[in-house]
Amino acid sequence: MKSLVCLKQVPDTETQIKVNPDGTGIVTEGIKYVINPYDEFSVEEALRLKEKFKAGEVLILSIGPDRATEAIRTALAMGADKGIHISDESLNNSDPFVIAQALAAAAAQTEYDIIFCGHRAIDDDFGEAGAMLAELLKLPQVTLVTKVDIADDKTKAIVERDVEGGKETVEVPLPCVLTSQKGLNEPRYASLPGIMKAKKKPIDKKTAADLGISPEPKLRSNAYSMPPERTAGKKFEGMEPPDVAKAVVQALRNEAKVI
Amino acid sequence: MSKVMIYGEIKGGKIKKTAFELASEGRKLADGLGGELSAVLMGAQAEQFASDLGRYGVDTVYVVEAPELEGYNSEYYAQALAQVIAEKKPEVVLLSHTMQGKDLAPRTAAKLGVATVADCVSFRLDGSTLVGKRPMYAGKCYAEWTAMASPQMFSARPNVLETAENAKAGAVEKIAFTVDSSRTTYSTKELSLDTSGKVDLTEAEIIVSGGRGMGGSDYTLLEEMASIFGPTATVGASRAAVDAGWRPHSDQVGQTGKTVTPNLYVACGISGSIQHLAGMGSSKVIVAINKDPEAPIFTKADYGIVSDLFKVVPEMNKELRALLAE
Repeated sequence: MKSLVCLKQVPDTETQIKVNPDGTGIVTEGIKYVINPYDEFSVEEALRLKEKFKAGEVLILSIGPDRATEAIRTALAMGADKGIHISDESLNNSDPFVIAQALAAAAAQTEYDIIFCGHRAIDDDFGEAGAMLAELLKLPQVTLVTKVDIADDKTKAIVERDVEGGKETVEVPLPCVLTSQKGLNEPRYASLPGIMKAKKKPIDKKTAADLGISPEPKLRSNAYSMPPERTAGKKFEGMEPPDVAKAVVQALRNEAKVI
Repeated sequence: MSKVMIYGEIKGGKIKKTAFELASEGRKLADGLGGELSAVLMGAQAEQFASDLGRYGVDTVYVVEAPELEGYNSEYYAQALAQVIAEKKPEVVLLSHTMQGKDLAPRTAAKLGVATVADCVSFRLDGSTLVGKRPMYAGKCYAEWTAMASPQMFSARPNVLETAENAKAGAVEKIAFTVDSSRTTYSTKELSLDTSGKVDLTEAEIIVSGGRGMGGSDYTLLEEMASIFGPTATVGASRAAVDAGWRPHSDQVGQTGKTVTPNLYVACGISGSIQHLAGMGSSKVIVAINKDPEAPIFTKADYGIVSDLFKVVPEMNKELRALLAE
């Protein structure tokens, strides 16, 4: 089973995000970066497929500045076989279409039975790259996936996905693009031997020119701002439960007018 | 000429409220751009909703019928929507950032060679350019986004845009559509939906959420409160509760779960990690119940109750039941 896993390096969820003074983006100094949590599920699932079929390969594909190598290296330490790092100034902070275009071009230069993406990256929160990649490669997509069963002949998969208020089970022909959702699995930690081995695993660096693409941005952002400041309201301390319950319920009705 | 086009989502034989939110916003934008507002609906049952959309300001409703459109499928719906957009050439296309919208918008956009400005919480026109304000980093910051290619595709967060009636024709125009079967897609084997009619977290108007302080998987008290509030209320959870296996992952609110914007968020036994606060910080009103007076959740709560949730919530349920029964 050959899996291609698309991976993005993002600020750790503990990060306090600050907007830069001219509002053109966020302050990046001091940020600790990690693998996008949804992409970790993808790495884990690809590793499990390789283990199940006792053959194959897990190929990591990432777009990002130099630091993204660390995220690829972490996935290699988890057990992935090799990496492709698309590093190109013209692709930094790109919109989902440009990213999907670059991923598609890179995917076209590799062999795969299945492609995994996180269902969204927790930095820009677009959640579009996976479905766009599928469309650009003319492949089926199954998004928000929580369970994957590949048929022994590797021609199709039975996949469970989250839908509003429930679950959908679908049968999808391979190759396809799946986007990983929480619940898919519990990602493993990199072992010490894994970390040592990862240092020798190959990471192939590519530029936009290597992929034969010249990105044309589709979206533009500006006027970054912090969320409206929320301040503590009324605090009820040391009151008897029936009294405080009455006071708060009345306030929700008469003051906040939300019930 | 249709300047603005919305996609109206139908679920379980009913048109979703988010369609009226989009219609109301779309009407304003169409007036601002000096053109018509149209809507796209899929499936043979869709025509009946045209008059509802008309009430919220839609001039023309395009109904696309094909056997493949009777249930949602990413590829078929994206084909159909992309075809209507290509034929009618609206300048602006609006979808809802619902579970279906998240699946449909990017595939449709990719067919058209554009990207979607996803999950916007407000819109404004800058000349003929639409500007969408959207949260990033799960709401730790916001930015304004514009689309540089045509059509300008945007999706809106459910339950944020106001609905406003503004009667227009809502005239039906059927669109002929044949599936391009050269494209493969998945087939649905089973659809198991929660028949309780429980609203999804991202679309709930009231969320009663429990965290580590719940001490276990018994959420009866919170479910009781949600049911007193009615069908627009639902139960959520913090990451701690989900990781402990007390609640399904689909209930998780926060940066690695769902970002929510209810009118009322009741946080029970949730201390308020930065990831959780990012995910629910734009709720209109926040009530927090926690034993620890230093819990960070109290810095964001409009009403903070320092007490044992197992004593306060039953009392609140009593009060709410009495009040809402009136």
